[in-house]
Amino acid sequence: MAMKFSTKNFTDRTKDNISDDFMRKAVAGAQERLHGRRLDAAEELGNWEEWRSHGEEIRQHVLENLDFYLHQLSENVAERGGRVFFAKTAEEASVYIRDVVEKKEGKKVVKSKSMVTEEINLNSVLEEAGCEVIETDLGEYILQVDDHDPPSHIVAPALHKNRDQIRDVFAEKLDYNKTSKPEELALHAREKLRKEFLAADIGITGCNFAIAETGSISLVTNEGNARLVSALPKTQITVMGMERVVPSFEEFEVLVSLLTRSAVGQKLTSYVTALTGPRGEGDVDGPEEFHLVIVDNGRSEILGTEFQSVLQCIRCAACVNVCPVYRHIGGHSYGSIYSGPIGAVLSPLLGGYDDFKELPYASTLCGACTDACPVKIPLHELLHQHRQVIVEEEGRAPISERLAMKAFGIGASSNPLYSMGAKVASTAMRPLTKNDRISKGPGPLKEWTDLREFPAVGNQRFRDWFYDQKGGK
Amino acid sequence: MTGTIRNRDTFLTEIATRLGREPKLNVQKPVWKHQPQRAVLKDASADELLEVLRNQCLQIHTDLIETKLADLPKTLAEAVKLYGGGPLSLWKDERFDKYGLTNLIENEWPAENIEVNSWDTTLGEKNIELAEQANIGITFSDMTLAESGTVVLLSSSDKGRSVSLLPTNYIAIIPKSTLVPRITQAADLIREKIDNGEQVPSCINFITGPSNSADIEMNLVIGVHGPVKAAYIIVNDC
Repeated sequence: MAMKFSTKNFTDRTKDNISDDFMRKAVAGAQERLHGRRLDAAEELGNWEEWRSHGEEIRQHVLENLDFYLHQLSENVAERGGRVFFAKTAEEASVYIRDVVEKKEGKKVVKSKSMVTEEINLNSVLEEAGCEVIETDLGEYILQVDDHDPPSHIVAPALHKNRDQIRDVFAEKLDYNKTSKPEELALHAREKLRKEFLAADIGITGCNFAIAETGSISLVTNEGNARLVSALPKTQITVMGMERVVPSFEEFEVLVSLLTRSAVGQKLTSYVTALTGPRGEGDVDGPEEFHLVIVDNGRSEILGTEFQSVLQCIRCAACVNVCPVYRHIGGHSYGSIYSGPIGAVLSPLLGGYDDFKELPYASTLCGACTDACPVKIPLHELLHQHRQVIVEEEGRAPISERLAMKAFGIGASSNPLYSMGAKVASTAMRPLTKNDRISKGPGPLKEWTDLREFPAVGNQRFRDWFYDQKGGK
Repeated sequence: MTGTIRNRDTFLTEIATRLGREPKLNVQKPVWKHQPQRAVLKDASADELLEVLRNQCLQIHTDLIETKLADLPKTLAEAVKLYGGGPLSLWKDERFDKYGLTNLIENEWPAENIEVNSWDTTLGEKNIELAEQANIGITFSDMTLAESGTVVLLSSSDKGRSVSLLPTNYIAIIPKSTLVPRITQAADLIREKIDNGEQVPSCINFITGPSNSADIEMNLVIGVHGPVKAAYIIVNDC
């Protein structure tokens, strides 16, 4: 799946999703639970704001010195026998990985959850080359089995599906004949996937953080699938977005603590694994060959711009879990694998305004996302910044809005025009007014009045009223 | 063994250019303004850390068993029975002997027909197969993080990654002396090793209870890909 997964426009996507009652209830429930757990985890620490500030200073320092830390990382990976490939584009990354798999004559690839591999469309590239690619995170597995249904949440990708839907998919595709109890469904997946892990030639993982000082990569999961992917196949390929590096274990542990608390309210998840190079001399498990693919794919173009802070992101989805817009429209409405506030900032930057120009408007700018972010990305300010760029630099505002703004600009900058406009407004709007309300607006006002009424223009201008109050002086 | 690096120069030069400067060859890490992690459980005694761990085990669905050093063989034997007996998969680790478990492993369990497989590099991949068939995997904890209820396992050729991963159940033996406040101290210890010229182990696992998932309707399911149950045995050795 590439970053963009829908050909429908934003309005249609939203309409589809907003009428999906199960999805909306599921999202609301998940938001409350995850948000509640995050607040508890933060409160327990007592000084959450200081933790956030520390997270922010670490991430900012890394971004300011990103070339240095990636250099150090790659040196240390190579010193331990790993192979590092820097990929400028999505295509360079996926072609390199395909070539490694082909050279190894790999047929079966097991994957642990990775957003960046979705971004570079890796599964399709490998499948076209004749490989079987198996997602092993339970949520991603469910989606893959269901004919590649797109993820709707960065941390809980199958959030939009209920247990009966999952049972039906398992029954149809995996010969499942038990109930829709989550325990039984999960056990079935465990049994199916255990066989795949043992038979796979290639393991592909994402990377939560890479540690420059030691050349390590880390994987944070609750299920243990990333451990299996990195312990059993002979070849391991790890794919990371280039910004996911930290200086040393000292900063690594802080960011992991922020990540697990913010994502799921856990002090640590069941498994945090730090891997350095391929298996050591005499080791029996772990990969014989280790590749690290460091992906740019548009990230460097964000550096040095007003949007640089979005690269501080550690993909915890805390912003998604507090967003009132996400709550109503769900992850699929965003049309991008990155949904919620972070998706609305990141998708237009990585995928372009052509496909994602509506997303910065899918926000009330309430700022809940900014407050939730463990590394203090000013998300709602970046959304606002996007809107400015869209209107001022890209000239992409709708024609009606541009004309209205133009007209207002002319009218408001000339005193006689403004006075006249204000005088005739009431008369001009009278045909549309009923009981002091306008409920069927013309032109650009229609989109507003389709949803709610607009107050009628008063008969008296404020200036005239004010003049009268002062007794005509 | 040295690996390879491809396409690095143009990639990093582009980053530097975007940041509006020449590529940097040396960067000193700043003194961080904030260090909240160092304050957590800062002055806690070993007993206080144990109490934190006890409470945390309730959160992470992990059984906690406490025992004296002299009683460890009996406690471990009971725990193994409780979780359904063998086959067992163990690290090859001198601590089993040091903590008085040799007789249990070499004589008592075999006498009871409980199959015991200690990691043996000469067997190669057979080790993985044996771990996969095992009912219980047993390892020591190298460091134990009280705050999160985490055991830290440093892998080596005798200490395979599979032992704590593939068996249906997992038991960690935790010497009380390995307790530290949180992951901060584990990171410090790893960095000390580097400063002393040691290599970082190829795999470091921070394990916090059994594997689990909430991917189906946010319902917590314990036991997904890794062990279905986890237990910690704390040995009072200090």
